Amino acid sequence: MYDIIIVGAGTAGLTSALYASRASKKVLVLEAKNYGGQIINTLDIENYPVEEHISGFDFATKLYNQAKNLGADIKYEKVIDIKNSDIKEVITSKNTYKAKAIILATGSVNRKLNLSNEDKLIGKGISYCATCDGGFYKNKIVAVVGGGNTALEDALYLSDIAKKVYLIHRRDEFRGDSVTLSKLKEKDNIIFIYNSNITKLNGKEHLDSIEITNKEGNVDTIKLDGLFVAIGRIPENKIFSKIINLDNNGYIIASENCHTNIDGIFVAGDNRTKELRQLVTATSDGANSATEAVKYINNL
Amino acid sequence: MNIINVNKDNFDTEVLKSETKVLVDFNANWCGPCRMLRPILESIENDKVKIVSINVDNEEELAYKYQVSSIPCLVLFEKGKEIKRSIGLISKDEIEKMIGE
Ligand SMILES: Cc1cc2nc3c(=O)[nH]c(=O)nc-3n(C[C@H](O)[C@H](O)[C@H](O)COP(=O)(O)OP(=O)(O)OC[C@H]3O[C@@H](n4cnc5c(N)ncnc54)[C@H](O)[C@@H]3O)c2cc1C
Repeated sequence: MYDIIIVGAGTAGLTSALYASRASKKVLVLEAKNYGGQIINTLDIENYPVEEHISGFDFATKLYNQAKNLGADIKYEKVIDIKNSDIKEVITSKNTYKAKAIILATGSVNRKLNLSNEDKLIGKGISYCATCDGGFYKNKIVAVVGGGNTALEDALYLSDIAKKVYLIHRRDEFRGDSVTLSKLKEKDNIIFIYNSNITKLNGKEHLDSIEITNKEGNVDTIKLDGLFVAIGRIPENKIFSKIINLDNNGYIIASENCHTNIDGIFVAGDNRTKELRQLVTATSDGANSATEAVKYINNL
Repeated sequence: MNIINVNKDNFDTEVLKSETKVLVDFNANWCGPCRMLRPILESIENDKVKIVSINVDNEEELAYKYQVSSIPCLVLFEKGKEIKRSIGLISKDEIEKMIGE
């Protein structure tokens, strides 16, 4: 029996573990893949207070060691269900664990286009991370789909590597940063395509072209070597939805201090309702959720 | 297990002509998920498979030949042929399942 079980060893979950362990609670963190979460994909973090530059890998590893050295137990098992009664249960693909309180810190995953062929072509022309995979497209033709900051930054990054970059957006205006946008407009190898959706991904062994359909219903085909999908991220809370209230976009509805609709089950990080999804807000949730969980246990 | 570095000169002997199955890890130093995957690979103990590492920045030819365009990329070879491929960071359980018997 644990005091607190934390689901997910990303930035939020590891910070929860750090706070709960410092409060001398018996803590188990359950992680499906490896510690660190999404931030490990970043080469350089520039907006986390105190460190001017740090790689995502180093950030995650330092946080992991900090939580671990304070006594948190971390196991690599994917959580598939949770149960609520006086004693709470967390069910993984291998075991069932009992705890007095649970913190859900499952973060978010890349939103997919949801087109047939997409899964088959991941790593064969389709990528969700320009800084990771851009280097494979030297002097090639690529497209970026999306309208936010990630899409704009991806297009800018790729324009220095690839021969030609199509930037495809379903609206007539970008949501992303105007400074990045004006830099993009100065580049002569970026082609803007507005009011269009990708409707087909073509290619057997490797992506070789995409079909786009514009607002008027006109269809066009673009030959290319790579497609970078940057249409945002979505929370993965389905497994909790039987008992935990979610908003229309699938985020766990949470109070300022990380309470869910169930006593003793808390939420921290990108998977909860909030305005800004960043490392600082993830660590902040980690601290709040653990403090609230400790309070809850001490009052049992 | 100990992971051997492979380049285009020893690829044939270490991978294609290997008696055992070979799990090839295509990676790069700057790739966070690759750095995360490395200790997981090292923690695998299975004498029916050999694990080798290929740095795609140094070995562009091999990366191109095997159409690697996203890393980390694990490719399992048996008797000189690719039999399985996995892209992105995966767990130890998933790697063990990929290696199989
Ligand atoms: C490319 C990129 C660059 C970024 N750059 C910055 C930046 O420079 N500065 C900044 O402040 N923010 C940045 N962010 C945002 C930041 O990474 C996130 O806000 C933060 O990581 C959220 O942390 P989290 O712990 O809530 O979620 P995550 O990091 O997503 O961690 C969730 C963890 O839960 C695990 N998990 C999910 N489901 C289960 C399950 N069923 N069972 C067990 N485990 C599970 C996942 O495997 C994962 O490890 C960036 C994000 C990306 C993608």
